[in-house]
Amino acid sequence: MISQFFILSSKGDPLIYKDFRGDSGGRDVAELFYRKLMGLPGDESPVVMYHDDRHFIHIRHSGLYLVATTSKNISPFSLLELLSRLATLLGDYCGSLSEGTISRNVALVYELLDEVLDYGYIQTTSTEMLRNFIQTEAVVSKPFSLFDLSSVGLFGAETQQSKVAPSSAASRPVLSSRSDQSQKNEVFLDVVERLSVLIAANGSPLKVDVQGELRLKSFLPSGSEMRIGLTEEFCVGKSELRGYGPGIRVDEVSFHSSVNLDEFESHRILRLQPPQGELTVMRYQLSDDLPSPLPFRLFPSVQWDRGSGRLQVYLKLRCDLPPKSQAVNIRLHLPLPRGVVSLSQELSSPEQKADLGEGALHWNLPRIQGGSQLSGLFQMDVPSLPGPPDHGPSTSAPPLGLGPASLSFELPRHTCSGLQVRFLRLTCRPSGNTNPHKWVRHLSHSDAYVIRI
Amino acid sequence: MPYFGSEDVVKELKKALCNPHIQADRLRYRNVIQRVIRYHLPPNEEELFDILNLLDSFLKSSSPGVVIGATKLFLILAKKFPHVQTDVLVRVKGPLLAACSSESRELCFVALCHVRQILHSLPGHFSSHYKKFFCSYWEPHYIKLQKVEVLCELVNDENVQQVLEELRGYCTDVSVDFAQASIFAIGNIARTYTDQCVQILTELLGLRQEHITTVVVQTFRDLVWLCPQCTEAVCQALPGCEENIQDNEGRQALIWILGNHEEGIPNAPYVLEDFAENAKSETFPAVKMELLTALLRLFLSRPAECQDMLGRLLYYCIEEEKDMAVRDRGLFYYRLLLLGIDDVKRILCSPKSDPSLGLLEDQPERPVNSWASDFNTLVPVYGKAHWATIFKHQGTDHCGPELPHTNFSYARQLISEENKERVQELPDSEALMLIPNCQFTAEYFEKTWLSLEVAHQQILPWQGEVHPDTLQMALQVVNIQTIAMSRVGAQPWKAYLSAQDATGCLFLTELLLEPGNSKMQISVKQSETRTEILSRFISVLETVIGTIGDMKS
Repeated sequence: MISQFFILSSKGDPLIYKDFRGDSGGRDVAELFYRKLMGLPGDESPVVMYHDDRHFIHIRHSGLYLVATTSKNISPFSLLELLSRLATLLGDYCGSLSEGTISRNVALVYELLDEVLDYGYIQTTSTEMLRNFIQTEAVVSKPFSLFDLSSVGLFGAETQQSKVAPSSAASRPVLSSRSDQSQKNEVFLDVVERLSVLIAANGSPLKVDVQGELRLKSFLPSGSEMRIGLTEEFCVGKSELRGYGPGIRVDEVSFHSSVNLDEFESHRILRLQPPQGELTVMRYQLSDDLPSPLPFRLFPSVQWDRGSGRLQVYLKLRCDLPPKSQAVNIRLHLPLPRGVVSLSQELSSPEQKADLGEGALHWNLPRIQGGSQLSGLFQMDVPSLPGPPDHGPSTSAPPLGLGPASLSFELPRHTCSGLQVRFLRLTCRPSGNTNPHKWVRHLSHSDAYVIRI
Repeated sequence: MPYFGSEDVVKELKKALCNPHIQADRLRYRNVIQRVIRYHLPPNEEELFDILNLLDSFLKSSSPGVVIGATKLFLILAKKFPHVQTDVLVRVKGPLLAACSSESRELCFVALCHVRQILHSLPGHFSSHYKKFFCSYWEPHYIKLQKVEVLCELVNDENVQQVLEELRGYCTDVSVDFAQASIFAIGNIARTYTDQCVQILTELLGLRQEHITTVVVQTFRDLVWLCPQCTEAVCQALPGCEENIQDNEGRQALIWILGNHEEGIPNAPYVLEDFAENAKSETFPAVKMELLTALLRLFLSRPAECQDMLGRLLYYCIEEEKDMAVRDRGLFYYRLLLLGIDDVKRILCSPKSDPSLGLLEDQPERPVNSWASDFNTLVPVYGKAHWATIFKHQGTDHCGPELPHTNFSYARQLISEENKERVQELPDSEALMLIPNCQFTAEYFEKTWLSLEVAHQQILPWQGEVHPDTLQMALQVVNIQTIAMSRVGAQPWKAYLSAQDATGCLFLTELLLEPGNSKMQISVKQSETRTEILSRFISVLETVIGTIGDMKS
């Protein structure tokens, strides 16, 4: 099946190279791939390339290229799935997937590859089976210490911060075989939603799409059974009705094959015995019918004086979230017509920032509270600007090249569909260890939020 | 892995699927499915539906690889039941659409290629989900191009308004390639929804952007040829755009329209005059040739205005032009004019449009069976045309350094090209006509075998192992069916073949490979004693076996 597998850094340096079949004919296949990738014309897809009697198929993950070559006509879906599974597996073993962690753990990576693929054929990718064979330990950049000061307050008092897991917690290697008694048993459950929205120039939404996932990262020993309870009014499909209100509705839902759905019909409870590592428990989609209003609305007004080349854009961004929620890391990207020379700005609050770069306006707002609105006035000089010729010298029709505004943001503790995890319970306590910590968070972020001007 | 040679296929399949090792790992699921496809074709309907019911749960799996693999299996096994195939394609809509909006760009791209493949057979399949194929600004170029193609193909009466609005938005995109691709897409849709599209294209001309104008004019040229009813609207839109066109294809298209449809464009001669004046500095020969033809046509209807221009242009082309093709055409037209105006009219007044070409170009809906075996392979990802060039390349390179393992697909390709030629050279036109696809059950074969005497026995030299798949494929090309074959490496290796003549005469063959692998023994039994046909059958068999043997040495 697979002839060679290699991992390249973002600049093309080979980090890992494994030849399963020995049929490379003495050529440097990795070099060939990188040169072909860089030299590809713009409209050809780099995902599957053909060169010199072999097919190269690759994915990009955290800036690295994971590439597999084959000379047979095999299913692209299974190859891509293999590559993503390998990426997840390497991430689980090394903590996170990046150039640094791979270079530090080369022996572990080769051992993993040996077990997963034999002569190019997939043996197994399940973490349970692999645990029995992998002997090498992962090397981390700094040892994870329980005495991390951020969670311990003065004189040992508990601080507010102990309710928040340190951000490096989830990037510990999951599958180390150290039977470290003091190792914390933790499980992280994320409800992550991606919002994809297209709004027309008159403000009406043209396309609204929410793709959600329930992701579990478990450091508990395998075989600990857990139960995840979702909102009781959770309905699937258009015709189902539960509870008295409009309920929380999704169009389609699909579960991981190891999830037990016996109690799902009645109480919306999922039961599973997850292996150590990352797992996507559930995926769901929702289109066109969000229970809550869209998080952002933009009111632009454009004034363009053709004679003097002055373009004035006034943007008012209104956040329609409930007042207790907020949005963070908001970035608005507005492509500008060619030849924009200078920018002057007036922003409504000091923590915002705006600048001009790569032919577009970038407006950064660190935080917006629900229900509030922020505005910015931008004035630009555009000496030579083509556009609709029939209009007079000063017009409010947008000039050519003033593209649709795209917003990227994160909504912590908020899900657009309204789905919430009621509880996460472990049915049997793992032997001897302290009470395992359970972290649940809800998060929505924008996938492509485009507002036409 | 169980060997699916016995009759209890369904039982063995159930056992295989319940194996907990396989259940735990979805990549091994996929392997099981592939084995089923390769080794077993169910002989009757009941068994077929039994197998399909067992594998039904795979269609609901959360892994796209398993779902698509199961879909392919269903499509191939149910090739005689088109309603089952359509049903499966409806069920796979959900997972495919989810893959198209996945975070992983690579998965997105591959899923889009498969969506296009399905749309070739079921054009209305995704029409209600057209919104999922709208492009986002951050998507890489290759994904956007695929989405635009898909949008083109799923247009119908209900969604045409929104799709056209969306494509109109893309036409003013910053990226030149993408904008041009969107305009071509609108041109494609215009074949069915002419009025709306022509209106949009006219508005685009009003923007006076060079890269937009040239593509719009090319689209108009194609449209006028295929849909003559829009000629008037096009002619009204054109005046004024000649200042904006700089590149060769655009100018060629404009000149063609001016020449062919000058009755709708009053100032056509003056525009062409501009081009003719600059003919000396024109570098592109195709433009010059187009100019000659257009001017001559114009001369036929407006002699007074064009006479001078035509004369000067002809003089330039014949005396000073270096490119031979242009000079030739100039000379041809000059001599034609010498003959007289009637002859010119006869030759140059060609049809101005040919709507039937649109019907030819529009690929008819292909039946699912034509692409079912390519589904879930690399073929839809490359596109059929690119794939064909890759394999032509591979076939000719085969004489080079040999890979250590004979690739199955190499073998298949070589057999289809080379063997077909060799085998078809055989006395095909004479009496031996083998019926394709005649199936016998194993008991019938056994009964007949035991009741007949050996009519012919022969020993052929052989080297190395037999590859059953290769041999089976090759025999199928010449309409010889395989009833049973031993596994690779079995000692001794045996195979039983059957074939039926058009007159009803049966040929039953046994192939036996001795341990030691140097000789293959062929025994042929015939249901009616007819020596000439027997000898032809033997020669066909020898050719096939010889070709397979040669290929490996």
